[in-house]
Amino acid sequence: MLKANIIPLFVIIPLLSAFLISLLGKYLKRQFIYVFSNISCFLLLYFSFYGLNMLRSCGSNIFVYKIGGWAPPFGICLVFDGLAGFMLVIVNLIAFIVNIYSLNYIEKYTDKPKFFTLVFLMLTGMNGLIVTGDLFNLYIFLEVASLSSYALVAFGTDSEDLEASFKYAIMGSLASIFVFLGIAILYGFTSTLNMADMAMIIAEKTGSRIIPFVSVLFIVGFGTKAALMPVHAWLPDAHPAAPASISAMLSGVLIKTLGIYALARILFNVIGISSAISSILVFLGALSLSVAVLLAFAQTDLKRLLAYSSISQVGYIILGIGLATPLGILGALFHLFNHSAIKSLLFLNAGAIDYAAGTRDLREMSGLKEKMPVTANTSLAASLSVAGIPPFAGFFSKLIIIFACIEKGYIGYAFIAVIGSILTLATFMKMQKLAFFGKLNEKYNYLKEVPLAMKLSMVVLAVICVCGGLLLLPRWNFFLSDAANVLLEGSHYAVKVFEAVK
Amino acid sequence: MSTYLLCLVLFCIGLYGLLRKRNLVKIIVGLAIMGYSVNLFFVLLGYRLHGRAPIDAPDQVIENMVDPLPQAVVLTSIVIGLGVMALLISLAIRIYEKHGTLDITKIRKLKG
Repeated sequence: MLKANIIPLFVIIPLLSAFLISLLGKYLKRQFIYVFSNISCFLLLYFSFYGLNMLRSCGSNIFVYKIGGWAPPFGICLVFDGLAGFMLVIVNLIAFIVNIYSLNYIEKYTDKPKFFTLVFLMLTGMNGLIVTGDLFNLYIFLEVASLSSYALVAFGTDSEDLEASFKYAIMGSLASIFVFLGIAILYGFTSTLNMADMAMIIAEKTGSRIIPFVSVLFIVGFGTKAALMPVHAWLPDAHPAAPASISAMLSGVLIKTLGIYALARILFNVIGISSAISSILVFLGALSLSVAVLLAFAQTDLKRLLAYSSISQVGYIILGIGLATPLGILGALFHLFNHSAIKSLLFLNAGAIDYAAGTRDLREMSGLKEKMPVTANTSLAASLSVAGIPPFAGFFSKLIIIFACIEKGYIGYAFIAVIGSILTLATFMKMQKLAFFGKLNEKYNYLKEVPLAMKLSMVVLAVICVCGGLLLLPRWNFFLSDAANVLLEGSHYAVKVFEAVK
Repeated sequence: MSTYLLCLVLFCIGLYGLLRKRNLVKIIVGLAIMGYSVNLFFVLLGYRLHGRAPIDAPDQVIENMVDPLPQAVVLTSIVIGLGVMALLISLAIRIYEKHGTLDITKIRKLKG
């Protein structure tokens, strides 16, 4: 039982950091806040790896922590299993790297303590949402993460930032209302809020008409948070408006945790996915990946281009999860990991260009490779990876998803996925050509490469992008397959949770 | 059943305000109405007519109990709603300071 005691730390550490920074931030030196925030992020990353390692070594493959000692059907429990460990590692890894990047980047904003407070609150929401085992608790953490992200989008307080944040806040709150309605109806149906208990009751009461209705409510709610195609309108405004390090967090991990992880956890482990719901997900995924990449190609604002590309890549992940086959889910989770590294890196590159040259317009920049070699080369690695060029990680994850489509007999969807990948390549080649190749624009002769901390974080992410494919080797394979197995075993999740608390 | 239908009516009024109004404050009010209709629905799920609190004392026979869990949950949800509302209104104030108007058709710069 002692092993489960690390689980609450994933909520406590960022919440305490946010509290302390907001309380003492005014009286402390800037450097102290930087060091403090990096230490907390490092601790979170360390505990995620430590938990994952413990999960492997003790062989029980699930830990459950009972808050206040109340047993699951009555109290709230926190669950750490393969999927939660996988998501925690991704979230905290990206948060740590982005935090290092922020050390230099945040210089141009005035109120640094508030920035770090909001970042840590967002991290609290995401970590809490990942480990929670209670449906209403999930809603609370969803709102904590969303609220701080609305505030972070408006952090620059330009009129465009405010407008984007307002739009995002309205659509995000509407999505939360749908999620809450779904939770209310599920409570009326099962009279419990504990996810494991609920899964058991739903597995017994088959053939009800409420379950498809609730599934659709959750798809609308979490789909809006994940920016699936018909309800994506907030993302291309909100992600470019945020400071670059926050864009990297939003596109890299927030839409995946709040949207994809929550949806997959509830649909697979609690409600149980039916073939109709699965085909809806596959259709929405294919729609997003094909239409958004066309929109991305037409953009001239670098960050908007990346934002549309995020919608398209989320489409791949939803397509893979919707297939609900072992291969499809494995591919989807692998693509989730790759995309969080790739898109964070691309947004950090965009931030570096903005920091040095002060522009986001692709038509104005040209030949920046000469002056900013680190930014240009890391950006090239990420672009090749997201476009699916063979030795890079993005190639393998897309290949697995396409194979999974063919295996299930969806030849048309596999074809769409291939076309989407080719268009992604075209989009990123356009971006590379306009930004980094060609002749240097006269007015950028004074440019210098960005400071050390920014370079360091970009290089680390580029290494992850290049070496991500190694996760498929048998030695490292457990990281993905443990997470995929949690989704595949469906409502057996409930049995494991109740066994673990005995 | 009719109370649930009234919740639906309230939900639709909020949705109308959210989709059709041009004033930022009216949009926020629409969102608030939608939130409260869902809260009301959740409380009504646990309510029984002439019910009482489920406090189990000796020599008491409880026939109709009101489920206290939805009330606790909705209380939390109302507080979250308050947070969202405060943020939205502060955003609306900042937008008004920048543009001098609350009409969304006049302040619209972003597309898509």
